[in-house]
Amino acid sequence: MFRLIKTLNRIALIKATVAALLVIVVVFAGSRNLQNYDAALIGYLFGTVFAVFGIAYRYSVWLQRPPTRLYWRRSWEFLLSKDFVPYATRSLKLFFRNILFQRFIYPRGKTRWIGHFLLATGCLIAFAVTIPLTFGWIHFTLDPDSDTTYIANFFGFPVSTFQLGSPMAFAAFHALVWCSVLVTIGAVMMMKRRMTNGGLIATQTFDGDWLPLILLIAISVTGLGISYDYTFLQGRTHQFMAVIHAITVILFLIWMPFGKFFHIFQRLAQLGANIYKVEGSRRGMAKCPHTQQEFASQTHINDLKDVTKDLGFDFTLEDGRSHLDFSPEGKRSALAKAHFQARKEGGHFFG
Amino acid sequence: MPNTKYDQQMEFFVDMQRCIGCHACEMACAECETNGQESMIHIHYVDRASTVQTTVQVCMHCEDPACANVCPADAITKDEFGVVHTANSSRCIGCSNCVLACPFGVPQKQEQAELMMKCNMCYDRTSAGKKPMCATVCPSQALFYGTREEIQKMRPNSTPVKKFVFGQQEVNTKVNIMMPKGSTELKIH
Repeated sequence: MFRLIKTLNRIALIKATVAALLVIVVVFAGSRNLQNYDAALIGYLFGTVFAVFGIAYRYSVWLQRPPTRLYWRRSWEFLLSKDFVPYATRSLKLFFRNILFQRFIYPRGKTRWIGHFLLATGCLIAFAVTIPLTFGWIHFTLDPDSDTTYIANFFGFPVSTFQLGSPMAFAAFHALVWCSVLVTIGAVMMMKRRMTNGGLIATQTFDGDWLPLILLIAISVTGLGISYDYTFLQGRTHQFMAVIHAITVILFLIWMPFGKFFHIFQRLAQLGANIYKVEGSRRGMAKCPHTQQEFASQTHINDLKDVTKDLGFDFTLEDGRSHLDFSPEGKRSALAKAHFQARKEGGHFFG
Repeated sequence: MPNTKYDQQMEFFVDMQRCIGCHACEMACAECETNGQESMIHIHYVDRASTVQTTVQVCMHCEDPACANVCPADAITKDEFGVVHTANSSRCIGCSNCVLACPFGVPQKQEQAELMMKCNMCYDRTSAGKKPMCATVCPSQALFYGTREEIQKMRPNSTPVKKFVFGQQEVNTKVNIMMPKGSTELKIH
């Protein structure tokens, strides 16, 4: 146990602890010292605090890797430059396009995009609904002057009212039902891919690829079970439904920092990579000594020379240039030429 | 990875002097299901202005892959058989670090999909005990997949080499390049 603690990354541990404590602080602030907190959600809150700790820890360790650190540093440097407005606008557009709509998946496959979009949209809406509830930021009260008017309170302040039985009430109280349907359809589509695509069958793993889908379906089905129970069974099985749903959600939260779901947080780096590419092109392109064609930004090549050195690689050539100055085609040609020369010197081209 | 029949006695041997530029490997590569029907093999003229020599390049599956090391998203992994897999599509952020850092110029960036893809030695086939697509169709055996004994019998005047020198950097690979007999390494620069 002591050895485990000693191997923990100190910086990441501090950041993760601060992030977890911040969550507790905002829970106290949002629920007005827990007076508006729904005690039935406490299990979910513990799971969320653990997830925040784990995600912050892994994210911090991840950012310490030389290539990630470089992208992180460069992304903020370029974003917070004199070109803040165009880069912020570009990032915002890309956030909608690539994070919320995941359009980059479309060229990888139409059905794949539809499946991913459905399950991601279901998950994101569900997060948007459940996190404020779990944190005690939102709670509902009855209007004292009317027993059919519901008041939604945010941080203890009334923000909207609606009539019980109104379409608005129906939509709000069933938001997670719609999310469950989206997630289930999406997850089933992704499962079908994994059962029929030969490439995926060869490379997939249970914990890396199947478990996330199984967990999402388990959460959705058990969540629908709660609605089914109070709609058709007069709440007779509520305790069973509530407990089994809580178990699946808490398992999901605990596993979030370790498994595939971490890509939700990593994906944001795609925005930084895009700014890096644009700013790099603006600063000037590198020309391959072999093909005489521009192939990447000079900033990227220079940064890669530093990163590879940090990682223990040294592609410096005898004449002071670097193998990294060559484009991919230039590198392949250099290898072919060296092979030709070796064969020539060996006296047989076809040994 | 799931249960596999990956045969570790089988190795990949490349001899680019034997490449006749027929592009059969390129067509065959697109049949590999792990690539999503995209051809990952590189075949092109070396220096079209002065020679008709063509070259063919598959992923060399480095022991310490530069592509995986420079990946900011931890998307590239090497398995227990030494196969360096194409980018995990849920993680890859399409930054091109791997494309530019690979000393052999192998990874390709699919711009539209913002995804890096590369040869993973036809893992759908090799993990089932079959040969990679490119090696099964190469008419001149510039690409050969078989045992070390087989290649020694076929090419008695050549030695398979898996050590490459790029300036200060030495790179060891899983894939071999056929060199003059007695060679121990190929110095590129």
